[in-house]
Amino acid sequence: MARRRSDVRTADPLRVLSNERTRGIVWQLLLLAAVVGVGWYLFDNTQHNLAQRQIRVGFDFLGREAGFEIAEARIAYSPADTYGRAFLAGISNTLWVSALGIVAATLLGTLIGIGRLSTNWLVARLAGGYVEFMRNIPLLLQLFIWYGLFTELLPPVRQALAFGDLAFWSQRGLRIAWPQPHPAWQVAGWALLAGIALAIGWRHAARARQQRTGRQWPMFVPAMVLMVGLPLLAWWLSGAPTDLDRPVLKGFNFAGGLVVTPEFLALLIGLSTYTAAFIAEVVRAGIQSVDRGQGEAAMSLGLSPAQQLRLVTLPQALRVIVPPMTSQYLNLTKNSSLAVAIGYPDLVSVANTSMNQTGQAIEAIVILMAVYLAISLLISVFMNWYNARVRLVER
Amino acid sequence: MIGRTLVRIATAAALLTPALALAGPTLDAIKSKGVLRCGVHTGLAGFSAPDAKGDWTGIDAEFCKAVATAIVGDPKKVEYVPTNTQNRFTVLQSGEVDILSRNTTWTATRDSTLGAVFLGTWFYDGQGFMVPKKIGVTKASELDGATVCVLPGTTTELNLADYFRSKGMSFKPVVVAELAQLTQAFFSGRCDVFTTDISGLASTRLTAPNKDDYLILPDAISKEPLGPLVRRGDWEFFTIAKWTLFGLIEAEEYGVTSENVEKMKAESKDPAVQRMLGASGDIGKGLGLDNDWLVRVIKAVGNYGEIYKRNIEPLGLERGLNAQWRDGGLMYAPPIR
Repeated sequence: MARRRSDVRTADPLRVLSNERTRGIVWQLLLLAAVVGVGWYLFDNTQHNLAQRQIRVGFDFLGREAGFEIAEARIAYSPADTYGRAFLAGISNTLWVSALGIVAATLLGTLIGIGRLSTNWLVARLAGGYVEFMRNIPLLLQLFIWYGLFTELLPPVRQALAFGDLAFWSQRGLRIAWPQPHPAWQVAGWALLAGIALAIGWRHAARARQQRTGRQWPMFVPAMVLMVGLPLLAWWLSGAPTDLDRPVLKGFNFAGGLVVTPEFLALLIGLSTYTAAFIAEVVRAGIQSVDRGQGEAAMSLGLSPAQQLRLVTLPQALRVIVPPMTSQYLNLTKNSSLAVAIGYPDLVSVANTSMNQTGQAIEAIVILMAVYLAISLLISVFMNWYNARVRLVER
Repeated sequence: MIGRTLVRIATAAALLTPALALAGPTLDAIKSKGVLRCGVHTGLAGFSAPDAKGDWTGIDAEFCKAVATAIVGDPKKVEYVPTNTQNRFTVLQSGEVDILSRNTTWTATRDSTLGAVFLGTWFYDGQGFMVPKKIGVTKASELDGATVCVLPGTTTELNLADYFRSKGMSFKPVVVAELAQLTQAFFSGRCDVFTTDISGLASTRLTAPNKDDYLILPDAISKEPLGPLVRRGDWEFFTIAKWTLFGLIEAEEYGVTSENVEKMKAESKDPAVQRMLGASGDIGKGLGLDNDWLVRVIKAVGNYGEIYKRNIEPLGLERGLNAQWRDGGLMYAPPIR
């Protein structure tokens, strides 16, 4: 009798399904099959329709001559270059405006975030008003306003606002006198890098000494000497060139000098002032998350207010600040694609144009997605690494 | 039971698959829904722009009315889809519109790689430059170093780069996707020059704060044959649309107008007119329509000359290249026989 019952148990297929583990595996397999099936259906349908409509597919268009001009790029580009190079030019513009935007938004946002906590009534209210005002107006609208300011309100190029003969500001953008190219500037650049490396080395050595002996070495002055003095010395030793490439009105526009176009300026200012509002809130929340007792304890140990902020409050605030900050950096980078509305030639703008000239819509969209994904993942990886470094180590 | 379920699944699958999987699907869809979906410009006077009553005017919109009349018998049975230069081909490729009639230049690349094919030339144009009079430029070769407002993804953008390269001159583009934003940038002084097809310049100039402040330079730097295009693969629809285009041009050549078309059909002794208007022969049936198709079309929108007069002449543009070949222009329809 007992034997028969166990036979029934193994033979009954429903018994197998009532096993939780088996059931879990079955559902996961079914889900996987469904995902793969839908993916395959989409892929196959696209292929089929592309073939049906005789649309050429493939990435070989990247090697063809682009033939269109790009207003500004961080890499050399001319219409005789390929579509591939045009995409690179677009990527360089996206990276450039995102990187500068992240730096500017972080500085501005931190200031405003600290300002919101100020005991000065006016400063705190102004900072609070800024945050509410900026983050509640759509970014696209803000970009249009900035672009409108820079192209409509500024004077035409012939009546440009002049700052001596060093800088001119007009509808065509900002022109700034810039040092003439000279090998000394390169030498100074390398000296700056070396100075930074030496300053970091000095900091390590100072830390090690403090651990060992309890005595501190001065930090600020040696670091400044290394990072400012060394490049200056290098520049002076290699000829001290002072020639400037000054902007001069020639034909339709200024020639010479450094150019900042209204499109770039509107986008940079729009992105950084908008994101700064969010960063301010992140910073405020981070600082408020640190218990007051921590500051009081630091004071009772005899630390100066600056040391208290740097050594006690900030390290604990950072672990709260860094993760949401990552999201803000990612948002800023992705929002830079709104450039297309005000004519800054970012990646989306170049991709749209290429898509239209070649008809390779799917390929261009794939490139767009891949590039934004790669940039976002890189930012995430870096911020996660930084987060792991500043995170509270519990003992 | 299982058979019925299978049929249901198959039907569902067929509905999910875009309609293009069938033979001649565009024509079938237009006939069954009774509506032609037509991609037009978002607003370019003379080519396609909505009037005060919301009806679309302009030669590109009127061409859609003509094709709709040929197939479903009513010029009102058109659904207009406004497109910009950047999404126009995608809208056609994806099947959102049946025909793209949007001052688009006919080129080899577009004819061969987009999965679309042009019907013919509806308007002969050339690229030109418009400048504010106060900068004192009178010809294109004086534009070295200029800042140029241009629409992205156009042949204009490529011609512009070619032109400056070939003359060894330099320029800075300002590229904004929406025409309204771009012309705003030009009128505000962000650019020295606005470039597009000369007809487009004439149309844009009318929207300037003061149109007499702007000058269209005499140079045409390119050939811009503008025409409508349809997706590849639906050749019945292609043929109907193409011969509607030729029919309208041919009608002008033989003096058939919206006023006299019925009379001409009844009374004309000219065999060419008789064939065209279906009084003899079976041209319409050969296209998969009835023999009255062109009569219907001409009654609804008039011949090419009438369409041109109604839409383009108010811009101040002469017939020029768009005159009939007998009058020294390029408009020449293959014979309808």
